[in-house]
Amino acid sequence: METKATVIRDQDSDTAELRINMGPQHPATHGVFRMVLTLDGERVVNVEPHIGYLHRGSEKLSEGENFQQITTLFDRLDYISNFNNEWVYVRVLERAMEVEIPERAEFIRIILGELNRVASHFLFYGTYGLDIGAMNPVMIGFRERERIQALFEGVSGARMMHNYFRVGGVKEDLPDGFVPAVNILLDQLKRGYEDARNTLTESEIFIERTAGIGKLGPEKTLDYGVTGPVLRAAGVDYDIRKADPYSMYSQLDFKIPLGSHGDCYDRYMVRMLEIEQSINIIEQCVANLPEGPIQGKVPRILRPPEGDFFVHGENPRGDLGVYLVSAGGTVRPYRLKIRGPSFSNLMALSSMMEGAYLADSTVILGSLDIVLGEVDR
Amino acid sequence: MSTDNFNQYVTEEFETKTRDLLTDSSPDIQPVFGELGIICNRSDISSVCKLLKDDPEISMKYLRSISVVDWVEHMEVVYHLSSIEHMNRIVVKVKIPLEDLRVDSVINVWAGADWHEREGHDLFGIEFIGHPDMAPLILYEGFEGFPGRKSFEIPSQETLYGD
Repeated sequence: METKATVIRDQDSDTAELRINMGPQHPATHGVFRMVLTLDGERVVNVEPHIGYLHRGSEKLSEGENFQQITTLFDRLDYISNFNNEWVYVRVLERAMEVEIPERAEFIRIILGELNRVASHFLFYGTYGLDIGAMNPVMIGFRERERIQALFEGVSGARMMHNYFRVGGVKEDLPDGFVPAVNILLDQLKRGYEDARNTLTESEIFIERTAGIGKLGPEKTLDYGVTGPVLRAAGVDYDIRKADPYSMYSQLDFKIPLGSHGDCYDRYMVRMLEIEQSINIIEQCVANLPEGPIQGKVPRILRPPEGDFFVHGENPRGDLGVYLVSAGGTVRPYRLKIRGPSFSNLMALSSMMEGAYLADSTVILGSLDIVLGEVDR
Repeated sequence: MSTDNFNQYVTEEFETKTRDLLTDSSPDIQPVFGELGIICNRSDISSVCKLLKDDPEISMKYLRSISVVDWVEHMEVVYHLSSIEHMNRIVVKVKIPLEDLRVDSVINVWAGADWHEREGHDLFGIEFIGHPDMAPLILYEGFEGFPGRKSFEIPSQETLYGD
């Protein structure tokens, strides 16, 4: 591994190219991501991303686990939005086994999934501010996220690795006083959102650092399979909750925020507006939360039929898909492939960063909001 | 009870259109679990993908993922395609014999095939012909074996770290 900077002198011209290594232990890489940048002066001419430092073989491991046990592996993929991961995994089994889910369970899932999206975007807000050099946002972002995590702990017993969603429903009913607690939380989050907006959104320094940086147009984003806020920032209206609705999303009233420039500022803005929309969704669900069972009819031992099934859902980072190949009659998957949104989003990094200033490299990487647990799996 | 969980991604019209488009390579086309499954010859994969992407009405512009499945007697590469404009989904499958683990790369059709193919090479040892860089992506350089395959045994703690 190259750890020192090396100078490569081009024989034909007078300029010298400089190769520097960034990561894997670098605070701005958001985990264990390494990239080798080739610089010409202050411009980046080439980016060589290296991933795999967090590869735990989740796909291979899942072939040796029972279907019920695999939820825990999904918690550890995108460890910022655990509920959303679990949700996609249980849905692939529900589709395979044609399980019907009671309405209350669906509403609980939406409330928790959207709260998780808000928490994830607040974390992005905090760390993105830090990437750029603003110290305030990280305080606001983590403060708001911690409020949500505390509520999750009350529901599932764990701050992050919840293991709460089950095939056919959820593990147990919501604790007493959940609805008033969510209402108080939403009020706090709205105030926190105002704080967040006042600190960064209209800050001139922030706009100067992000607007027009790391541009990626709609054609290219689609070509790379980029999804989530990065795709929508380029103006492509593709959100799985609308385009291929699952759960109860088609009955809820919400909008999909879109950007137009496809730059870092638009990516930031799309995420911030999504916080608003998610709070709106949670409010609708809490107001209409029905009584009733939280678990559908599911056999004690899960044995999906033979065949292969693909299910996807809208994670805070984009399109998370699970491809399950079932041999039929077995209690373990034959093959489980995880299509992580961060994995595909990261592929577009080179084309965003080439030609940019070195100082903007962390700004561009931060705007993708990657989680390495999901890139490496 | 919600009804959204069992969406169908194939209409009859869409199926006929796809059939008409791919008459030359005559692959096996069937709707499977709500998606349109295409079992394609190994030599045709690149051209079939290009047709599916470029046709304005089918417009499979979004390559969701490339997965490799080890069926022990043979390998299978599975392409999940989707269109952004319409809610249509296609699954293209290619069977690859064990004696010759090669298939054409689709990186010229979708740039996003890049890392998916490298991952397939890392974990299953499939060679994607025409891919510019097949260096290890997820595994470290010098790793021996293909951990995705069924024949790969996860080494014990003792083997990895000693006593």
